[in-house]
Amino acid sequence: MKPWILHIALIAVLATAPLWLSPYHATNLARIMVLAVFAMGYNLAFGYTGLLSLGHALLLAAGMYAAGLPAQLWGWAAGPAFIAGIAGGGLIAAALGLLALRTAGVSFMIVTLMFAQAGYLTLLYFAHVTGGEDGFAVVSSGRVLLGFDLSTDTPRFLAALTIFAIGLLASLALVRSPFGRTMVAMRENEERSRMLGYNPFTVKLAALTLSGLYAGAAGAAYALLFGYVGASFATIQYSILPMLYVLMGGAGTTLGPFLGALLMFALIEAATVLTTAHQFIVGAALVVLILFAPKGILGTIRERWLRWLP
Amino acid sequence: MAFGPFLLLALMEGLVTAAILALAASGLSLVFGVMRVVNVAHGEFYMLGAVLAWAVTTMIPGPPAMAFLAAVLIAPLLVAALAAAADGLILKRLNYEPEATIVATIGLLYILQQAALSLYGPNANPVAAPFTWRIQLPWFGYSGYKLFVVLAAILVLLALWAFMTRTRAGLVMRATQVDRTTAQAFGINVDRVYMGTFALGAGLAALAGVLIVPVQQAQYLMGHDPLLLSFIVVIIGGLGSLRGTLIAALVIGLSDGVISMFFTPTLAKILATLLVAMVLVFRPQGLFGAKA
Repeated sequence: MKPWILHIALIAVLATAPLWLSPYHATNLARIMVLAVFAMGYNLAFGYTGLLSLGHALLLAAGMYAAGLPAQLWGWAAGPAFIAGIAGGGLIAAALGLLALRTAGVSFMIVTLMFAQAGYLTLLYFAHVTGGEDGFAVVSSGRVLLGFDLSTDTPRFLAALTIFAIGLLASLALVRSPFGRTMVAMRENEERSRMLGYNPFTVKLAALTLSGLYAGAAGAAYALLFGYVGASFATIQYSILPMLYVLMGGAGTTLGPFLGALLMFALIEAATVLTTAHQFIVGAALVVLILFAPKGILGTIRERWLRWLP
Repeated sequence: MAFGPFLLLALMEGLVTAAILALAASGLSLVFGVMRVVNVAHGEFYMLGAVLAWAVTTMIPGPPAMAFLAAVLIAPLLVAALAAAADGLILKRLNYEPEATIVATIGLLYILQQAALSLYGPNANPVAAPFTWRIQLPWFGYSGYKLFVVLAAILVLLALWAFMTRTRAGLVMRATQVDRTTAQAFGINVDRVYMGTFALGAGLAALAGVLIVPVQQAQYLMGHDPLLLSFIVVIIGGLGSLRGTLIAALVIGLSDGVISMFFTPTLAKILATLLVAMVLVFRPQGLFGAKA
C-alpha cells in the first residue's frame, strides 16, 4: 500500500502547484512533467529491462510529428492528434525493436543511435512537410481539447498533470505486475530467464514498445501543449536527456525519472545566473553520476534506507 | 564541364574525405580494438585538433608553413595529453565497463564542446594553408594542399601500421588486445597501455582535424559529422580491425564524395546510417569481432 500512497500524494501535491507557483514556474513544471513522462518511458526500457538505447529521440519525435502533422495538415483536434501521437511512438518503437533487439549491449546502443540519426536526417530531407530544423508552430485550432484551449495556462497545466499522473500510476502498476518482474529478470539475467521459459525477445520487444508509447505520448503532449514541432527534438540530445534524468533520479525506480527531470531543470535554471554553459552542466552531471552514483538518488536511498521503494 | 572530369573531381574530393576519415576512424578503431571502449567523444578530439591548430597558427608569427608545421606537432600532442588525463580520471575508474564508458564519454563530449564554445566562440575561423600552389588539370585547377592531405594521411597510416607490427610498444598493445589478463600476468602494465592507446587514438583524430582545417575552417560543432562517419567506417570495416577500417574509409569517402556531388548530402547520409544499422543488425558477430 505504501508505494501507492506515496505516488498519489506526489500527484496531489503537484496538483496544488499552480496555487503556490508563479505562472512562469507552473508552465515550467508542466514542461518537466511532460519530459518526465518521456523519461518514465526511457526508464521502462533502460532502468527495468536493461535496454540502454541511444535512440529514444526518434520515438519522441515520432509522437510529436504523428500528433502535429495531422493537426497541421488535416485540421485534427487535440484529442485524436494526441492518440495518433501515442500510436506513432509505439509503432516506431515496435519497428525499431524488431530490428535493433537482434543485437545487445554496445551494438544495441549504436544501432538505436544510427536509426535515430537516420530518422532525424529524414525529417530534414522532407523539410517541405516537416519544417526541417526550423519546425512549425501547431495551429491554434489543433490545440483545443474538449473546448479547453491548451495554449492557456490552467488547461495546459491540468493536461500535463493528467498525462503525468496516468503515466506514473500505470508505470507503478506495471513494474509491480508479473510482467514487470519479467522485465527485471531480463535485465538481471537473460539466459536464466530464458531457461525458466520466458522468451527474451518478446519481453524486450513489449517493454520497448511500452517505452515508445510513453515517448509518443510525451512528444504529442509537447507538440499540443507548447505548440511547437521541430526536427531538433529528434537529435541525439533528446536521446541523452532522458538517460540523464533517469541516471540522476535512479534507474529502475518509478519516481526517479520525475525527480531527475525536476533536479536537472532546477540545476540548469540555477546555473543560468552564473553561466550560460548549459552543456557543461549536462556533461559534468553525466560524468559525476556514472563515476560516483551509478544508482542515482532514489536508487541509493532504496539501497540504504527504504527497501520498499518501487 | 563534361561528365568525365566532373566525376574525376568528385573522386578527388572523395579521396580527401577518405584520407581524413581513415585517420580519424583508425583512432576510434584502435581504442575500441585494444580497450573495448566506444569513445563517443572522439569527434570532439578531432574538433579540438582543428581549434588548437587555429590557436597555434594565430599565436606563432612567421610564414604560414612554419606556423602550420608547429600546429601539426603541438595540437595532436596537447589533445593526446588531454585524452590521457581523461582516461586516468574517468575511464579507468569505471573499469572500462562498456556501457558506463559510453555514458561517460557522452558527458566528455558535452564538456569539451562547451569548453570550445566558451573559450573559442561560436564562429568558424580559417587557418592559412602552408602553401597555396595549385595543380592545373586540363579541365579544372585543383588545390595542391588537398593532395598533400592525402599523401600525409597515407604516410601517417603507414607509420601507424609499422608501429603496431614492428615495434615493441605495438606488440604490447596487440597482446593486450588479444587477452588483457594474460598480458597482465606477463608483466605488461595494462593501465599504461590503455592510457597510451586512448591518447594515441585521440591524437590521430586531432591530427585529422589539423590537416582538414585549412580546407574547412575550425568550428566548435565540427566534430559531429566525423564522429558519425568514423562510426560508420569502423563498423563496416569491423571494429578493431585496422585494415578493414582503411578499406571502409576509402569506400565510404569515395562514395560520399560521388553521391554528395550528384545527390543531396542528406540523402547520402541517410543511406549510410541505415546501411550501418542494418550491418550491425544482420551481421553483428562478423563486424564486431568475436563477441556480439
